[in-house]
Amino acid sequence: MGHLLANIDLTFLIASVVKIVFLTFLVILPMVAYSVYAERRFSAVIQDRVGPNRTGIPLTLFGFKKDIQILGIGGLTQPMADGIKFLLKEDFTPKSVNAFYYWLAPCLTMVPALMTCVVLPFGSELRLSDLNGLLSWVYGVIGMADLPVFSSVPVPSVIADLSVGPLYTFAIASLGVYGIVIAGWASNSKYPFLGGVRASAQMISYELSLGLSIIPVLMVFGELNLTKMSIYQDANGWLLLPLWGEGLSLARWVLWIPMGLSFCIFVVAMFAETNRLPFDMAECETELVAGYHTEYSSMKFALFFLGEYAAMIIGSGLAVTLFLGGWSIPFGPLIGLGYSAGDTPLWLGLLHIGVFLGKIVFFILFFILIRWTLPRFRFDQLMKLGWMVMFELALFNVVLTAFLMWLVPLK
Amino acid sequence: MATIFVKRPKLAWHESWFISTFAKGLKITLGHALKTFLEITGKKEKVTMEYPEQKWDENLPEYYRGAPALVTDEQDRERCVSCQLCEFICPPKAIRITPGEIPSDDPWAKVEKRPKEFDIDMTRCIYCGMCEEVCPEQAIYLRKDYAITGESRAELMHDKAKLYQIGGKRIGLVNKWNELK
Ligand code: SF4
Ligand code: SF4
Repeated sequence: MGHLLANIDLTFLIASVVKIVFLTFLVILPMVAYSVYAERRFSAVIQDRVGPNRTGIPLTLFGFKKDIQILGIGGLTQPMADGIKFLLKEDFTPKSVNAFYYWLAPCLTMVPALMTCVVLPFGSELRLSDLNGLLSWVYGVIGMADLPVFSSVPVPSVIADLSVGPLYTFAIASLGVYGIVIAGWASNSKYPFLGGVRASAQMISYELSLGLSIIPVLMVFGELNLTKMSIYQDANGWLLLPLWGEGLSLARWVLWIPMGLSFCIFVVAMFAETNRLPFDMAECETELVAGYHTEYSSMKFALFFLGEYAAMIIGSGLAVTLFLGGWSIPFGPLIGLGYSAGDTPLWLGLLHIGVFLGKIVFFILFFILIRWTLPRFRFDQLMKLGWMVMFELALFNVVLTAFLMWLVPLK
Repeated sequence: MATIFVKRPKLAWHESWFISTFAKGLKITLGHALKTFLEITGKKEKVTMEYPEQKWDENLPEYYRGAPALVTDEQDRERCVSCQLCEFICPPKAIRITPGEIPSDDPWAKVEKRPKEFDIDMTRCIYCGMCEEVCPEQAIYLRKDYAITGESRAELMHDKAKLYQIGGKRIGLVNKWNELK
């Protein structure tokens, strides 16, 4: 035991905890809250409405001229109000439910969604030793000069640098369906039950095409480590934007076709996996009241909601990392904003994180736009699309990629 | 009846594969989003009003159907004679009238009746205007008050005093009780 403890790298442990807290509580959860707000506002403007524009910190009460607004958009504290509302609502458990599973289900939706974020490289690396100057100045001011400073080894901006990144994500993310199925079953009511059954059928069907769609990508990278994929794309052009580095070779451009196809299949399957419209068979308000969470109220309902949005964010993160260069800045190496191991200044590391989040935000807005553009599929159409089109297309794509790679070898 | 066979439009491949149709859909939604966004941020003229701050009250038409209210005539006589027709016609049964007699020493003794109590439950009223339509005395009118709110149910029970306060005076109209005749 003592031997084991001695082997634990304390710096690594602390860095990981800080990163987990940063990513889940300071990035993902606020992002989830604000994507709900974005959804409401965006859907409102699409439908020529205004949307929630009133909740604000009432600065006018304290004598300020105006409440906080960005570009004239009010209501920026709506997520806080929503959160408080969910916490204060009556948490009602119907008599007829199976209490244990009824309580378990919301957790089972939320937890896998958050767990998958550990493998996402949300930035290149942070050379904290750049802060040493500032730190020693602070130490000088408080009169204790010999406190520890940051070592010159940069901290990678990823929580767990697994070499099976996408596989891990798929493995955990597909656990999310248990939450929905159990919720449907435990609610002991027909609409949730139908919602749960539909969700499981849909998820199983689309998981196949989701998994198959990234096989061509993995073949091109020859790699399952998401960090290395991002680094490769940063140096050699994104998979879908091969315009610099090795990206200008013939092979990459030939492979652009199967990669585009992969991307399309991946995005469609992702919509189905996260139960978003046009594939939200599990909720399907017009047929199933609210689907699997009909019987849920207050924070338990909110957890389902948050889980769905968290899954959306992680899914977007994965799509961005695989196809759109992750944290890399377009034309980064050409304009001197590229990554070089151990030699990336702190501001650039932070910029990379910002770029990654920006890409995710873009993706979320795309998700929302699609939701309010396309009507819902019928269930049989959905199954048909999944099994007769997407699955075959994904399989064909694997073969096509292999053939093209054999015809025009990379490197 | 002749049967009409609706011909399904023949979709081109790019339409049935959601490619061109999808682009068309995106164009519509994004177009609306952009237009409304510019309106919200004030870069473009709005076609709607922000309700509590801006109101359209002065433009309400004469025939606007707001809260029902009782009116008096030019001599401040209560027009209502408690015939209870409105009580019977009211679809959601929002009106409750207790008729009362006018004492014989009253100058309007010949009218015989007036309401002792007249309650309209505004949580029930559907602003249909049936009461106004049916009243033989033109004593009840739907006025322009529309924001009827309260913090309790009791507050939304409009009693006689409240109804006359909303209604006010209406001149002209029925003159059959006037001495002039
Ligand atoms: S407006 Fe219609 S609902 Fe309201 S009191 Fe008159 S009759 Fe009844
Ligand atoms: S308001 Fe008109 S209809 Fe109603 S009781 Fe009075 S006179 Fe009759």
